[in-house]
Amino acid sequence: MSDVPGGHRHAHVHQHAEDADHGHGHAEPSDQQATDRWVEIEHLHYAYPDGHEALSGVDLRIGRGEKVALVGPNGAGKSTLLLHLNGINRPGHGSVDVAGIAVRGDGIRRARSEVGLVFQDPDDQLFSPTVFADVAFGPLHMGLAEGEIHDRVERALAAVGMSGFERRLPHHLSLGQRKRVALATVLSMDPSVLVFDEPSSGLDPRGRRQLIGLLRTLTQTVIVATHDMRLVAEVLPRTVVMDGGLIVADGPTDQILADEALLERHGLERP
Amino acid sequence: MALLVLWLVLVAASALARLGPLRLSRGAFIAAPFLLAALPLVFTRPEQPLGSIDLGPLRLTISGEGLRIFTTIAIKSWLSVQAALLLTYTTSFHDLLDALRELRLPRVMVAIIGFMYRYLAVLGDEAQRLMRARAARSAVAVGVQGGGSIAWRARVTGGMVGSLFLRSYERSERIYAAMLARGFEGTFRHLGARVIRRAEWMAFTVTLLGLLVFVAAAHLWLPPS
Repeated sequence: MSDVPGGHRHAHVHQHAEDADHGHGHAEPSDQQATDRWVEIEHLHYAYPDGHEALSGVDLRIGRGEKVALVGPNGAGKSTLLLHLNGINRPGHGSVDVAGIAVRGDGIRRARSEVGLVFQDPDDQLFSPTVFADVAFGPLHMGLAEGEIHDRVERALAAVGMSGFERRLPHHLSLGQRKRVALATVLSMDPSVLVFDEPSSGLDPRGRRQLIGLLRTLTQTVIVATHDMRLVAEVLPRTVVMDGGLIVADGPTDQILADEALLERHGLERP
Repeated sequence: MALLVLWLVLVAASALARLGPLRLSRGAFIAAPFLLAALPLVFTRPEQPLGSIDLGPLRLTISGEGLRIFTTIAIKSWLSVQAALLLTYTTSFHDLLDALRELRLPRVMVAIIGFMYRYLAVLGDEAQRLMRARAARSAVAVGVQGGGSIAWRARVTGGMVGSLFLRSYERSERIYAAMLARGFEGTFRHLGARVIRRAEWMAFTVTLLGLLVFVAAAHLWLPPS
């Protein structure tokens, strides 16, 4: 496991991933590269308008279909990093690439259909008068045909177990239901990367179990920023630890969670 | 007279919608406090003095004309609220939004109304949490006069309003980020999920014509009371 002081976190994790992929023997090297680096963040720096530096040189590579946890204390820069993945935040320095698309300029619009961002508070995500209108918002603004939009809404709601709620109003749903609809609002855009900010916060045990079950069914690349270490241990094989705007550790979840000194240092706890 | 006819129309419509007429009539009193704004009319009109009230230095003259205007306003507002209630009881909010869009109200306006409806409840919850937090800490120590001065309490309330505003402002930024993340580029698109049918256009036209005839008739045949 790599617990490297910020900046130089190169390493065997990626090395390892590449080795593994060589084993699978992809036909085209360029495809393989794209698959290895489905999400590629390089030397990312970001400062808020007030000058506070939130990210000070983040390098991160995530392969297609990987399930990655992003953990770290409040203010570590997790949410700020997530908002870069589809161009809501623009990097001060450095670059972000998703699915081979550079997330800047014209690329941002395409990147937004590749990256589905599920916000922490579903009341922020669900802004339309009805569940249907909300789930249809993404596909509609992607310019899809009406029949296709209806299909996608139906499939997305079925995937999160919320079929039949189309005409309901978001504020008449429970928090767990709203969180699931919030996921449906990005599933309907058919993204290859799903990004969650604190998906389990505020959920009761049943809602949490349902969420974990749902996360397991996802085949997309999944990145989850969370404090819920049990969720990490159960669903996400790789863990990235952030602190002070830097990635301070990156490796298999069981190894990271076994390193008590590391967890202690960065204000985390074992599940 | 004309107002009575309108009321009968409303009652008939609510009967059609299977709502008890009393439910509307009672519900409409919710707007009664706003009538206070019209109350001065009773005393400020010069016509037809009916009598006066002595309030020390102030002498209020009740005017018959003013009283009549006030009564008309009261009945009108009561009827309007009933009509609005009838609309909201029978029509879901997104149907109303669809209708507004179909009636060519600018999309931005429709979107604003939609957002308002969506976030009114969220804002209300937030305000309630703030007030609960204040209530929970508004204790009084034994043997001490608690509560603080009015100025102090006003300052606390002002602070709460400010904090509510800031929270809403921050929420609006997060909502906008959520919209951007799903491909919003500045123009609202809308699915033609519900097309207004011919029969509905017909009903709309007939109602509009009926109202016009009604107004015209009222002006032509009724004595200008």
